[in-house]
Amino acid sequence: MWKQRAYNLGASNCLVPGKDWQANRGRLVQAGRAVVISYAAERKENMKHMVWKCCLLFAMVHAAVPLHARQTPAAAPSSQSAPSATQASNSTNEKLAQLDQRVTAAQSSADNAWMLVSAALVLMMTGPGLALFYGGLVRRKNTLAIMMQSFMLMGVITVMWALVGYSLCFGGNGPVIGGFEHAFLRGVGAEPNADYAGTIPQMTFMVYQLMFAIITPALITGATAERMKFSGTVLFLILWFLVVYAPLAHMVWGKGGLLNASLGGRFPTLDFAGGTVVHISSGVSALVCALYLGKRTGFPKQPMPPHSLVLSFIGACLLWVGWFGFNAGSALASSPLASSAFVATHFAAAAAALSWSAAEWIKNGRASALGAISGAVAGLVAITPAAGFVAPMPALLIGFVAGVVCYWMVTRVKAIFGYDDALDAFGVHGAGGTIGALLTGVFASQVVNPIFGPGKAVGGSDGHWGQVGNQFVGVLIAWGFALVGTLVLLKVVDLITGLRVTEDQEIEGLDITQHGEEAYNLES
Amino acid sequence: MMKLEAIIQPSRFESVKDALREVGIEGMTVTEVRGHGRQKGHTEVYRGREYTVDLLPKLKLEMVLPDKLVNTVVDTILKTAKTGKIGDGKIFLSRVEEAIRIRNEERGENAL
Repeated sequence: MWKQRAYNLGASNCLVPGKDWQANRGRLVQAGRAVVISYAAERKENMKHMVWKCCLLFAMVHAAVPLHARQTPAAAPSSQSAPSATQASNSTNEKLAQLDQRVTAAQSSADNAWMLVSAALVLMMTGPGLALFYGGLVRRKNTLAIMMQSFMLMGVITVMWALVGYSLCFGGNGPVIGGFEHAFLRGVGAEPNADYAGTIPQMTFMVYQLMFAIITPALITGATAERMKFSGTVLFLILWFLVVYAPLAHMVWGKGGLLNASLGGRFPTLDFAGGTVVHISSGVSALVCALYLGKRTGFPKQPMPPHSLVLSFIGACLLWVGWFGFNAGSALASSPLASSAFVATHFAAAAAALSWSAAEWIKNGRASALGAISGAVAGLVAITPAAGFVAPMPALLIGFVAGVVCYWMVTRVKAIFGYDDALDAFGVHGAGGTIGALLTGVFASQVVNPIFGPGKAVGGSDGHWGQVGNQFVGVLIAWGFALVGTLVLLKVVDLITGLRVTEDQEIEGLDITQHGEEAYNLES
Repeated sequence: MMKLEAIIQPSRFESVKDALREVGIEGMTVTEVRGHGRQKGHTEVYRGREYTVDLLPKLKLEMVLPDKLVNTVVDTILKTAKTGKIGDGKIFLSRVEEAIRIRNEERGENAL
């Protein structure tokens, strides 16, 4: 996984400042364990120096003592110098070993603290972030239903993840899907998994990745909003997680995955935090769902304005903050790379909020609040694959482009084709994710993240335009997988539970008909 | 006794209420309503979708008045509720046959 590689570079940089490190770096990052071996060799070398220096010091002291203390002829005879030197070197060895342990423990503590916070931030993106964002955009009678879909995923995906999900994504080293070696979280504990994140407990890595698996299917509910059955939604999204998300996550991030950039992939696709795995997969599936389900009753003649942009506004702001855990956390360490990703994330969101608003201002003569928050989310989506690969200026540019393109997607393209992507899951996540993935290939820089080895060009701006081709392959595979997988699953679920509520239920609202309650009981 | 119903701009309500209190009106019933006369609505745009909102929020004041107060009240409302633009609303007057206070069953103008 490239994340791990990037981390190793950082780690070896601070701990092993030897001269031959530069030369070894390529090899070091190829295999995580090599770092440890080389590090040990270097330490032995250092220790030899230390022992030698100790001996020298000892001899000098001895030479000085007789001059200083002539009146005490019982001063240490020279025969004692050898055993003393051995004692000294033994205690130095011990001290070094202790020091070494403490440094490792301190680094692990720092990384673990950041990663646990990041995991919590990413969960906050689903509930309350996405739940509020989507909740405010639907009509009042469907508020609880859409929030409940996000919340339910926090439950079912967690259980699925514990049983098989984590293993399917990050166990084994097949090209398409992982294995069952970590099923029921077997072997997932305090020890780090050196393939992915060498300084944090695998337990932390596991729970961090879980949060991504929760939010991804939740994004799809934006397209199916206001008309899909609760039973059908839950069944479909569980199956979708197993059939579409798990293979894509393994292909892009898993060891040996087809698209993995640093652990032996055939088409090394750069995806820092999930442009393909999270946003293209969910966005494209959302489009398929919208087409398969058909339009909401009354769309587009009947007005269906958002019932509370205040809720959406709060939700979008929570998404923005949570995204720092999503992107900067994807450095998998509290490293300089995390800082870089943090800055890129923030810059892209800001630029996209401005560009969407500007586009709206030019078109309608006004900048709306819904436009500004939608723009920010579009920018965050687009920077997701690029966050740990691009410098701040390209991040601004990516955000700017995403804001304009996504605005055009949800206002013009949707109107031209007439599909009812109710809350624009495709227009924002599908389109934004695709732009982001392709632009990552253009702007990825070896100065930010030398993922292909020291001094080797990474993206097009480095001169490696082939990377744009790799990104294109990654995007195509993600699109294809999402299209086919979603279509098949929709057919299957349609046969089992059915997908759409009846027209009467739709008119009455999903809150009452699916959950037996109302979001706003004004008389109580 | 006359019943007065006035549909006014919500933004003028506080001034109307204060002025009515000064001329001695002690009770009124106010409802938030939506509607339109000749005034056109406005359009709202959500992610490129335009919605025409033609029913606009107004306030409806209802009160039943003794005959001698009717002209004063109408004048007061005309003076304070007017902005001079389309959408200022209307006043309707109608005869009331009887008024009964539920608490002590007083009748006629005494019940007002």
